[in-house]
Amino acid sequence: MNVVTHKAGAAGFLHRFEGLRERLPGGRLPWLAALRDGAAEAFRAQGFPTRRVEAWKYTDLAPVAEAGFDEPLTAVDDAMDLPPPLAGARAVFVDGRFRPDLSSLGGLPFAAASVAHGLDALEGRLGALARPAEEPMAALNTMLFEDGLLLDLPEDADGGVLELLSLATASERPAAFHPRHLVRLARGARLTLIETATAPEGARYLHNPVFEIAVAEDARLTHGRLQQEAPRAFQLSTVYARVAAGGTYDNFTLNAGGRLVRNEIHVALVGPRAACHMNGAQLLVGEQHADTTTALEHAAPSCTSRQTYNTVLMGRSRGVFQGRILVRQAAQKTDGYQMNRALLLSPEAEMDSKPQLEIYADDVKCSHGATVGELDPEQVFYLRSRGIPEGRARAMLVEAFLHEAVEGVTDEPLRRALDAAVAGWWARQEEGLAA
Amino acid sequence: MPAVNETLETVQSVTQGTYKWGFETDIEMEFAPKGLNEDIIRFISRKKGEPEWLLEWRLRAFKAWQAMSEPRWAAVKYPPIDYQDAYYYAAPKRRPKSLDEVDPELLKTYAKLGIPLKEQEWLAGVTTSPDGTARAPVAVDAVFDSVSVATTFKERLEKDGIIFCSISEAVREHPELVRRYLGSVVPPADNFYSALNSAVFTDGSFVYIPKGVRCPMELSTYFRINAKSTGQFERTLIIAEAGSHVSYLEGCTAPMRDENQLHAAVVELVAHDEATIKYSTVQNWYPGDAEGRGGIYNFVTKRGACRGARSKISWTQVETGSAITWKYPSCILQGPDSVGEFYSVAITNNFQQADTGTKMIHLGPRTRSTIISKGISAGHGQNTYRGLVRISPKAVGARNFTQCDSLLIGDRCGAHTVPYIENRCMSAKVEHEATTSRIAEDQLFYCRSRGLSEEDAVGLIVNGFCREVLKELPMEFAVEAQKLLQISLEGSVG
Amino acid sequence: MLKIEGLTAAVDGKPILKGIDLAVPAGEVHAVMGPNGSGKSTLAYVLAGREGYEVTGGSATWDGLDLLALEPEERAAAGLFLAFQYPVELPGVGNATFLRTALNAIRRARGEPELDAMQFLRLARERLRALSMPEEMLKRSVNVGFSGGEKKRNEILQMALLRPRLAVLDETDSGLDIDALRIVADGVNAMRGPDFTALVITHYQRLLDHIVPDRVHVLVGGRIVRSGGPELARELEREGYAALQAQAA
Repeated sequence: MNVVTHKAGAAGFLHRFEGLRERLPGGRLPWLAALRDGAAEAFRAQGFPTRRVEAWKYTDLAPVAEAGFDEPLTAVDDAMDLPPPLAGARAVFVDGRFRPDLSSLGGLPFAAASVAHGLDALEGRLGALARPAEEPMAALNTMLFEDGLLLDLPEDADGGVLELLSLATASERPAAFHPRHLVRLARGARLTLIETATAPEGARYLHNPVFEIAVAEDARLTHGRLQQEAPRAFQLSTVYARVAAGGTYDNFTLNAGGRLVRNEIHVALVGPRAACHMNGAQLLVGEQHADTTTALEHAAPSCTSRQTYNTVLMGRSRGVFQGRILVRQAAQKTDGYQMNRALLLSPEAEMDSKPQLEIYADDVKCSHGATVGELDPEQVFYLRSRGIPEGRARAMLVEAFLHEAVEGVTDEPLRRALDAAVAGWWARQEEGLAA
Repeated sequence: MPAVNETLETVQSVTQGTYKWGFETDIEMEFAPKGLNEDIIRFISRKKGEPEWLLEWRLRAFKAWQAMSEPRWAAVKYPPIDYQDAYYYAAPKRRPKSLDEVDPELLKTYAKLGIPLKEQEWLAGVTTSPDGTARAPVAVDAVFDSVSVATTFKERLEKDGIIFCSISEAVREHPELVRRYLGSVVPPADNFYSALNSAVFTDGSFVYIPKGVRCPMELSTYFRINAKSTGQFERTLIIAEAGSHVSYLEGCTAPMRDENQLHAAVVELVAHDEATIKYSTVQNWYPGDAEGRGGIYNFVTKRGACRGARSKISWTQVETGSAITWKYPSCILQGPDSVGEFYSVAITNNFQQADTGTKMIHLGPRTRSTIISKGISAGHGQNTYRGLVRISPKAVGARNFTQCDSLLIGDRCGAHTVPYIENRCMSAKVEHEATTSRIAEDQLFYCRSRGLSEEDAVGLIVNGFCREVLKELPMEFAVEAQKLLQISLEGSVG
Repeated sequence: MLKIEGLTAAVDGKPILKGIDLAVPAGEVHAVMGPNGSGKSTLAYVLAGREGYEVTGGSATWDGLDLLALEPEERAAAGLFLAFQYPVELPGVGNATFLRTALNAIRRARGEPELDAMQFLRLARERLRALSMPEEMLKRSVNVGFSGGEKKRNEILQMALLRPRLAVLDETDSGLDIDALRIVADGVNAMRGPDFTALVITHYQRLLDHIVPDRVHVLVGGRIVRSGGPELARELEREGYAALQAQAA
């Protein structure tokens, strides 16, 4: 860990902010200028966190701090090869900027727009959930965001499935972009939002999105994240979600791409009977480093939370899981469960996990579990004794392990996309192993 | 649930009264001047007639300590400690030459604590367990404030070549052993409190079990803080040579006072090939009153090194006392196939805070560790399990199993679990499970419908909750510990 | 014909089997009985090729084929089936996927065509019906959340599908109620014929009321100490193992 590098890396971003300050979207809005200045101050104070900071104990941001990023230079009319859409509706961002020309948002029963163009109306909403003082990456995002997706679902609206595609372009020097997405579901509304990403194989960039998500009474947001960034990319994402009484926020994150990835999710269950399911799979090879950090706050009674994260590690990869469940005194009848499992398939891989319970109410049922190890030799033998060759037996068990993490996803389109991504990933690894 | 509130009130009213070890012994004492500086350290070293190397070792530790700051990562809150406003040396004036010369007041003190210091009494079975059976003899080292006042059964143990004495005596009589092992498991500058302890430690126990010897009786040390404004900084060192076996127990109590007193001990264990050390603690320092006034700050570093193949170190702790407990008895599993165990019950009631757990550092192949932690929080108590399991790349085939359960009684307390799991070895397997719950209504109802009072039902259920840990205690102490649990929580219902 | 000669084996360096001699002619069902710790399960695991069960001497052949030289899956392909005393749970592995993969692996090894999903399902349903097992069993993860009885029936279902020529049933009766016991026994009896050879390992005579063996062997202290007809099982039930144990000691 090199404090000097971390400082220099942060200084580059602060310098850019000072140069751009007036020209950033909403530069004339006093509330936004104040928000950005406050975030800049927080980022100046914290910089890129070193591993001495408890929340970053297992993830070293030195490679990000060292990289030296530029502005994305994409021209507005660059032709783009887009992957086929997952569902009908899709919002497309290129290097963090909304591209209406590439998006297909016609006929949606709700408002989907660019944050940059709607800033006038976002005072008190943008920044309501993010905590730049606590999370330095949110500070960086607040300081420099240019655009994002603005979603508003009216009462009882069924928003169907919306894909949020993030494209990165390749350029000489790595680019950094910090989209700020705002999602709001009014009472009884529902939506499945699926994030996907694509970039040229060799692209180097930092994708640093922040989501602020508000789920009102009895509304339901299913948030799928298929993180398949380019192999040399950095993705550091922070999600803030707030769920009102009877509402549900489901998050499923697949971490399969990127060189260094952190997927940080903060969910607050603030009304009775709110629920949250957070599941994820991390599929890591080579030199990849992926970190899933969740913080679930039970602030109201009778809420339920479920978390299952499975990590498969190959090569010299390193996986991190940190999961904190906080149960406030008011949150009686809380039912919280968290499980994280890791499968080490290579002698050079490493898994660090830190599940955490912090409980201030007595009438609760909370548990967590963690396992790290290789495939169970008993299971391998059982399969072999039934005639299944060893290689196939091992593959079956890995597939089952991956499947287990996806199992909790009830949303069909998301489930299909995940199944395909997981199966595709494993097929590539098997090919690699066979070769 | 009115019944619950009522019983919670009962707990508060009785807790203070039930700390029956809160008396003070009136005895003539000798103090060093208040405060901490090099002169005080020289004073302590001179008092104990220590060799030059040890004084220098202490001064080096003091230098290191001055450059360090108090750890703040634990989930405990307390006002700043003024390290200059305490006595670092307090000893009874009359120093006995043998057991017969021990001040009768001291003998009475230990008798009141249920620990006879006269071997004849042990052997006559004068002391009986609550269940009425005579207890097996236990060799005792009694540490009163800064010094050891008596060690029993020394002659009997010497027959087997076992050394059991105060660490001060060991420095004089067995300097080569002390010099070789002191600080070899917990280096002086390991952390803030170990550095402080290394600078000012006054006494503690020393145990040496020669090759192949199975210690014929339980060894134990009873620590008593008596003097006001005094810190206790004891140092314990246990060495088990190849193939030896020892079971050691420590107990601790202190008077009831409004002030907070600091206890910063260091315990080092070394187990060579196929040696086994079982270290049990019944920690019953004064916990403070119902409003959180007074009580001991218990900041302790305990660590064992399993240096030899197939060696084993087992920590068992029952933590019922102290205002604050900060303690992580750990095992460094170096020898191939070595085994580390940690069994813990920690209770926090009223305003007690405990941040306790263990570190299992797996270095050698096929090393195994087990962690069973039971936390019980009542009143405004805050109870944190904090533990690290680290598997290094060379710990091929290593195994760890961890189970942490928390029980909450009342809605103003907290229970927290913070495990760190770091696995860098593919063939190792680490399993961690944690649960938090309260005593189920139906369990209580079931017991009561069978005629148990609510209090007895809670006691029964809590004891059941802790059973896995309590059964690890040596027989002689299990009953005592069980009773202590009941007293610590008397009347509470969740 | 299964032929075991002078078989010795150790677990963690500790000798368990101390010279087993046993021959089971094709088409016969033999029982191996013995007290706890006599080496019954070790014998089963050694035959199936489980790691950690070290063969230190002797041989075991099946129709002249050296079983001990084969990998576990090769033994399965050669027609060996071990019904586990404690069937292993495979979370996330669907029972149907598992059975089809196993069946096709064995069929492939035998040079038979693989079954597609439909063909397999038809076959599996038929076998399920024969064993009075609900179809829902195919959808669940292998043995996960199964009761003790369900796990044992799942073992028999696998046997019925994989059609082994040599079955080793390790304490298949333990933990079964009388109805489940009958289903399991019926499953085994239905397979009996000139092409089915079985070694039934059990502690009690109970199972042997339903699966009547051609021969009974008594395993004590890692050796076969007595062999006889079905009546030997009843004698053991009456008189216990104590006398034989004393004799062996």
